[in-house]
Amino acid sequence: MSATAPGPGRTSPGGSSASWRLTDRAGLALAWFFGLLFCAICGAIVIFLAVKGISDLRPDLIWTNPGAGPTGETGGFLDPLIGTLVVGGIGIGIAGPVGVWTAVWLSEYGRPAPLARVVESTIEMLAGAPSVVLALFGILLFESKVLGFLSATNGGIVFGKSFFAAGAMLSLIALPIVVTTVREGLQAIPNHVREASYALGKTRITTIRRVLLPAARPSLITGNMLAFGHMIGDTAIIVFLLGDTQILQGVGGVPGLNILRGTGSTLTSYIFDNAPTGDLNQPQKAYAAAFVLILIVLALNVLVDVFGRRSREARWS
Amino acid sequence: MAIVDEDLPLLPEERTTFSQDERAELWLGALVCGVIVVLLAMVAFILKESWPSFAHNGLSWFGAGGSVDSQIQTIFNSGNFLTKPDYVFHAWPLIWSTILTTGLSVAIAFVSSLFVAVFMVEFAPDPIKRVLEPVIRLLASVPSVIYGLIGVLVVAPFIGNHLITAHDKASVTPVIQLNGYSLLAAVVILTVMIAPIMIAIFAEGLRAVPRGWLEGSLALGVNRWRTFWKIAVRTARPALIAGTVLATARALGEAVMLSMVSGSVGFAPNPADGLIVLFEPSRGLAPTILHNTDELSSPPMRATLFAIAAVLLFSSLMLSLIGWATKQSMSRYFLVGGVAR
Repeated sequence: MSATAPGPGRTSPGGSSASWRLTDRAGLALAWFFGLLFCAICGAIVIFLAVKGISDLRPDLIWTNPGAGPTGETGGFLDPLIGTLVVGGIGIGIAGPVGVWTAVWLSEYGRPAPLARVVESTIEMLAGAPSVVLALFGILLFESKVLGFLSATNGGIVFGKSFFAAGAMLSLIALPIVVTTVREGLQAIPNHVREASYALGKTRITTIRRVLLPAARPSLITGNMLAFGHMIGDTAIIVFLLGDTQILQGVGGVPGLNILRGTGSTLTSYIFDNAPTGDLNQPQKAYAAAFVLILIVLALNVLVDVFGRRSREARWS
Repeated sequence: MAIVDEDLPLLPEERTTFSQDERAELWLGALVCGVIVVLLAMVAFILKESWPSFAHNGLSWFGAGGSVDSQIQTIFNSGNFLTKPDYVFHAWPLIWSTILTTGLSVAIAFVSSLFVAVFMVEFAPDPIKRVLEPVIRLLASVPSVIYGLIGVLVVAPFIGNHLITAHDKASVTPVIQLNGYSLLAAVVILTVMIAPIMIAIFAEGLRAVPRGWLEGSLALGVNRWRTFWKIAVRTARPALIAGTVLATARALGEAVMLSMVSGSVGFAPNPADGLIVLFEPSRGLAPTILHNTDELSSPPMRATLFAIAAVLLFSSLMLSLIGWATKQSMSRYFLVGGVAR
């Protein structure tokens, strides 16, 4: 389309759109329409969840466990809440270090170049892999005899369901997020910082550990928190790999370790079970649990914002 | 895979020890190779487990024929080690449901997200902009099970009670029941779910367009809308592709929300039914896996479920490959592309 079109196409940028062509006006109108529609949908979702959550959330729901027995019709969701944090912690414990060092390798070494390209596309493919598929892969891995010691067994049959199994598979979801964020943070550090460190006689790895990683700390924190938020929101892996027990059921005698080897539930699987389509069908409790989960995600988002702003303030000149 | 590049000048016999720095590089190289091995192992194991199902059905695995749900039942029951395992499985209704839900919701979400992103970056008044950005980020991180909950408790009953007439129900009664858990509910919720992802990436790409290009166009007297539409949106095309690929992958792999909302019936919605097709229940590939969690104990059922997983994995790998290839061919012409390098 010619930019010098005479007539109605010419207006001053700040002027009204009354003299624009019809198609342009229609486009602008559509943009406003979709924009406002989206605002309305967002508002509706947020208000709906807040109202439902606040009206259904009672303090005793947070402090009590799901009732004993297979149905868990009484009680609250203390154990699922703990399970959420445990599973997220295991996932970050694996994905954090692996992701950070993968990002370091990609950004600082990246040799040989074909390997770097393969790693990049691997990370991209992991980001796109459906979590049900990851869950099935997890079942294969943790049902094998080699990794069987990590979960409950019964007479030689490995069930492959434990906090370890779920956390390890969730870390595959978290990995791409950590890698991408940390890599961006490392690449934002200008080269003269590295050169200054080399000029002082520091080796590459010392530079990375003492200069680059501390400088990229905001992105490290951001990446890990984003990943945590994603992990605690996943349901498929939890349903497959954490067993179907509403309360934490330890395996073995060692305190702490028995919980990690045992089965349990998280807030997401609690919501899934308590929705009308699930086994338990208690929508009020599902809303309350969903509200708590949203609050956690919201808190993570706010923290990410805070750290993101800090990293922007500390921009290199 | 060679970790040590050949341009390192030392021959193996000349060196007896590695410096601390070289050791670190080797360790990190081993780590990233480990990540690659995990992905390869996943692909290999899933293909191996799924092989019996593909081998018994051949290409008719992807075809139509019979009722999927009764096939699944037969396969599960034949896994008792007494009878011969039965593998007959025709997955077309499941595949068709996945294509319909993913395709429709990605198409709707793409158009509306593009307009919302343009609105948010260029035309929205400042207060709306300031509210919209964090809200989009929050919506993008809301767990899918919560969207599913909203779908089950709000959207599906609304469709069942207000949109489906008794006449509609009567017209398909012998075949299927219409109760609100439907294609329409699935598409609506899925659109709302993937739109924030698209908007966030689109907006990032639109913001990366150099201001000077837009000002040049405005200085030539082109109005604000056309300037933005013709220059910014075109320049941000790699970001549009990146966002669409990511959102499609999410829609394709979505299991939890769809299994709650879409009705969980192995039925292929028939477009020949007219508008009623939107009210018909179905079940996609990913929800089918989730739906049959407890049936992994039956070996033929296990092979079938892994075969479904293999199809899903293959499509998502292809998707990221296509996205990567398109971005590569475009990045030659569009150097400033936001997400794309």
